[in-house]
Amino acid sequence: MTMPSKILDHDAIRRAVSRVAHEVLEKNKGTGGLCIVGIRTRGAVLAERLKECIRQIEGAEVPVGILDITLYRDDLTLIDTQPVVRETSIHFDITDKKVVLVDDVLFTGRTIRAALDALIDFGRPANIQLAVLIDRGHRELPIRADYVGKNIPTSLNQNVKVVLEEVDSRADEVVVEERSKEARDKDAEKKK
Amino acid sequence: MTTEWTHKDLLDVKDLSREEIELVLETAKSFKEVSARDVKKVPALRGKTVVMLFFENSTRTRASFELAAKRLSADTINISAGGSSLSKGETVLDTARNLEAMNIDAIVVRHPSSGVPDVLARHLKAVVINAGDGCRAHPTQALLDLFTIKEKLGKIDGLKVGIVGDILHSRVARSNIWGFNKLGARVTVCGPSTLMPPGVEKLGIKVTNDIDELIRESDVLMLLRLQKERQENQFLPSVREYAKRFGVNQERLKQAKKDIVIMHPGPTNRGVELSAEVADGEYSVILDQVTNGVAVRMAVLYLLLGKGKSKVEEGNV
Repeated sequence: MTMPSKILDHDAIRRAVSRVAHEVLEKNKGTGGLCIVGIRTRGAVLAERLKECIRQIEGAEVPVGILDITLYRDDLTLIDTQPVVRETSIHFDITDKKVVLVDDVLFTGRTIRAALDALIDFGRPANIQLAVLIDRGHRELPIRADYVGKNIPTSLNQNVKVVLEEVDSRADEVVVEERSKEARDKDAEKKK
Repeated sequence: MTTEWTHKDLLDVKDLSREEIELVLETAKSFKEVSARDVKKVPALRGKTVVMLFFENSTRTRASFELAAKRLSADTINISAGGSSLSKGETVLDTARNLEAMNIDAIVVRHPSSGVPDVLARHLKAVVINAGDGCRAHPTQALLDLFTIKEKLGKIDGLKVGIVGDILHSRVARSNIWGFNKLGARVTVCGPSTLMPPGVEKLGIKVTNDIDELIRESDVLMLLRLQKERQENQFLPSVREYAKRFGVNQERLKQAKKDIVIMHPGPTNRGVELSAEVADGEYSVILDQVTNGVAVRMAVLYLLLGKGKSKVEEGNV
């Protein structure tokens, strides 16, 4: 098995988030009507960081919410143990707002599909934009990101692991590792 | 949290571990937020069917279960003893088997005889949830009481809890005693000795008939409904005497700790177990219990109904 390779380190992640913050401000011409919603768990952390970057650049506070998409997953009836449901906290009205949805890795697009359904239950935003730290390809739904920290071409036999200090209690990094044979076999079993 | 939910049915709090109870309470926290939204519905149980099979009257529990199922997008039907073939002599098990033949996913059952939910659970593939059986158990009531206390006081461990009233006939008391014991609260029960089950202290709780001392000591005071329909054997000289000796009123509450929590599973007999002022007063959490009931039942339905085949690794969906 090949060694896991580090794609981004702490500084590279910081620069990527900072660039995305500039792009968000440029595209939306400032912070008017803007709000950020992060998908639990690591998207929520990145949403906080994005807000902080925007505050440093623009001097304006943008409201941040946290979305838990568990109840909207399309595979709820397929998994053996129920995923733990965590709280969603969006304490502002998103109707007519420009919502920047934030997640760590964009892969099949199914998480984002669930997040869009969940968001729309909260109101009718003017638009929803998608910001991700990593886009690893292999979409199964017609979804694309508006802002990407880094594009990483991967194979389906790889995992992309995002480590963020706030939740993982160790230095930030993004690594790509080969999936174990057992995990792949389990997957193949599932498809049968 | 790594606790896994492995039960097919929910029959009694007795069957749950401390960790499992905590998992329900934690899950319920997220569901409480769903009921506070404008759109009070999530798609988690889309396509599932839940049957309410009620052989006893109920307002709260039945409405609460039905709302819980509907807010999770499950379909619900209601069957009560009076309007069904049960009045034509069909057995409970046959009724349940016929319902199961229509591919329902869960049965929420309330029955005046203890143990009926267990019999159904043994014979059915569908999930069985006990919504109160005889004098034995009412697990979702106990879970919502625990949730409410945790919400109000921040913890359960080490609290002193007084349960007052007709302990003998109370399934709410029994399920709550199990729950409090498992989560580390100390329970004292109080009531007329004719309404105290013999050997109740073997459950690891204290027994008293001094309501005033209990009020002074307790962090939580849970008042039970005097079940007038079960008093035909003259357990009490009169309801008035009961109210005088064990009823909680403003005057008695003056001796209580200043953040005491007053609970009642409903329906209340105002002027019997508690005065109207206490029921509507600042210490009462009776309506919070009702609000939380929906969240806790959503959590229970979610945990029991969402099982399937294989696991998806986190981060790869």
